[in-house]
Amino acid sequence: MRRPLLALYALLITVPLLVVLFGSFKTTPDLFASPFGPPLSPTLANYREILGDAGLLRVFGNSVLVVLVSVPATLLLASLVGYAVARLPRWPSRVLFAVFAAGLAVPAQAMMIPQYVQFDRLGLRDSLAGLMLINVVVTLPVAVFILSGFMRTLPRELFEAAALDGAGSWAAYRRVAVPLSLPSLAATAIFLLVMHWNDLLYPLLFIDDPARRTLPLALLDFSGEYLTDYPLLFTGVVVASVPMVLLYAFLQRWFVAGITAGAVKG
Amino acid sequence: MRRTWGLYLFPIPALALYLAFFVLPAAQGLQYATTDWDGFSPGFNRVGADNLVRIATDDDQFANALGNNLTFLLAVVSGQTVLALGLAVLLAARSRGSTALRALFFLPTVLSSISVAFVWRFVYDPNLGLLHSLGVPGTFLGDEDTAILWVAVAQVWFHAGQMMVIFIAGINQIPAELHEAAHVDGAGRWQRFRFVTWPMLAPATALVVAYTTIQSFKAFDLILGLAGNPPRSSLDILSTRIYTTFANSQLGYAAAESVVFMVAIGVVTWLQGRAARIGAGR
Repeated sequence: MRRPLLALYALLITVPLLVVLFGSFKTTPDLFASPFGPPLSPTLANYREILGDAGLLRVFGNSVLVVLVSVPATLLLASLVGYAVARLPRWPSRVLFAVFAAGLAVPAQAMMIPQYVQFDRLGLRDSLAGLMLINVVVTLPVAVFILSGFMRTLPRELFEAAALDGAGSWAAYRRVAVPLSLPSLAATAIFLLVMHWNDLLYPLLFIDDPARRTLPLALLDFSGEYLTDYPLLFTGVVVASVPMVLLYAFLQRWFVAGITAGAVKG
Repeated sequence: MRRTWGLYLFPIPALALYLAFFVLPAAQGLQYATTDWDGFSPGFNRVGADNLVRIATDDDQFANALGNNLTFLLAVVSGQTVLALGLAVLLAARSRGSTALRALFFLPTVLSSISVAFVWRFVYDPNLGLLHSLGVPGTFLGDEDTAILWVAVAQVWFHAGQMMVIFIAGINQIPAELHEAAHVDGAGRWQRFRFVTWPMLAPATALVVAYTTIQSFKAFDLILGLAGNPPRSSLDILSTRIYTTFANSQLGYAAAESVVFMVAIGVVTWLQGRAARIGAGR
């Protein structure tokens, strides 16, 4: 009973993903002649079209740039808050934590309209910088939540000892809090990476210029353009997914820790 | 004492950004909701609660989206919770095979929802797709009555592995003595699940249900990717409706819909919290 059920579910996960991977090397007639099988006469034409004519290489670069800035920036800002939450006296610490935790209850759809107006007025809309900024802002609550949860478990004695050794708050942050929090920083980094890399809503709202699109937005645009050119759509999916899947293969433990920590936020 | 004061500087950069671009817009959203602003005209009228009244009494499209959203919510929460729990029970014991399967089942979670949408668009394509080539009849997303349920299947495929991991963590926290004691008392496999595992998993279940609820309210990319933009009415849910209203330059009205959306999430989450507490006997 146990093995057949698990095997069935393994097929349900694997088959669609393999169809996509194989399909990206097929021509449209090949795909419909044999949707499941490996490509019999593999072609790189889809990749050439996607990365060349469709300009996905540039879009890929935009996505990389956005996460390379927004993930570390969110981590830095949130860890500073987490550190303050861990070390401040009881009441200020609670208030600070509550202010950010309240943000967890607010869905993006409730803020996106005023944010659109606001970024438009500030001239930050339709720019990668604006996208980075909004990424940082909307993920601050969850990052603060995870990191302060962890930093609060660090023994206070460590900070007191650092203070006795003459370390100021900043030195204690850098030499004690950050090194000891590396596991939770790594897990949070992965969570943010997946969130920012895959986000569609804000690029859809904020980006007009095709040259500034990120991968999910470019894929959505494709789906309108190449309605049922599945091999081309599949190639887009592969290009957008391969970085995450490779990282997942190498950093599995951190992915699971990060994404579930993001889920365990109430 | 001097050092403690320095600590107050640490949260300032994050607080400044958070207040300016998160808290302020959230408050402005409430304000816009009471206007008929289109988003670009310099002027607009204050209409007070008119938007909310219209949403509640005279907006078929919103009512339709709310209905779809509730169907979607119930299908995803029940399907995903049962599936994730089943997988967790089967995979909780660590062995080489189970570790590999866990990793595989979690894999879809790292993909983007738009990618998942394209995978499933091909699965459901009534002329060319996977189900079609397997001989399954039907138009799937084209079927007015069941379209939203097919999206629910895709959503469960996407996130069941993530919820499985939460259940596995819950199962591994159950003291082994409980199972042993039940075993000694002659409880079979099913009875041990029913009377030991399942009650001990109440906190994990509450968490999974709450998170799945929020996720299913947020299922925006998946719908656009599967159904196109704007989605047809059989696939419209609250998140896509708000976006469509906004894209049609009815900014004030969209803001009012957002308020209802937020309240809906709040109410459902609160009800679940109550139910979980009653279930836990508190």
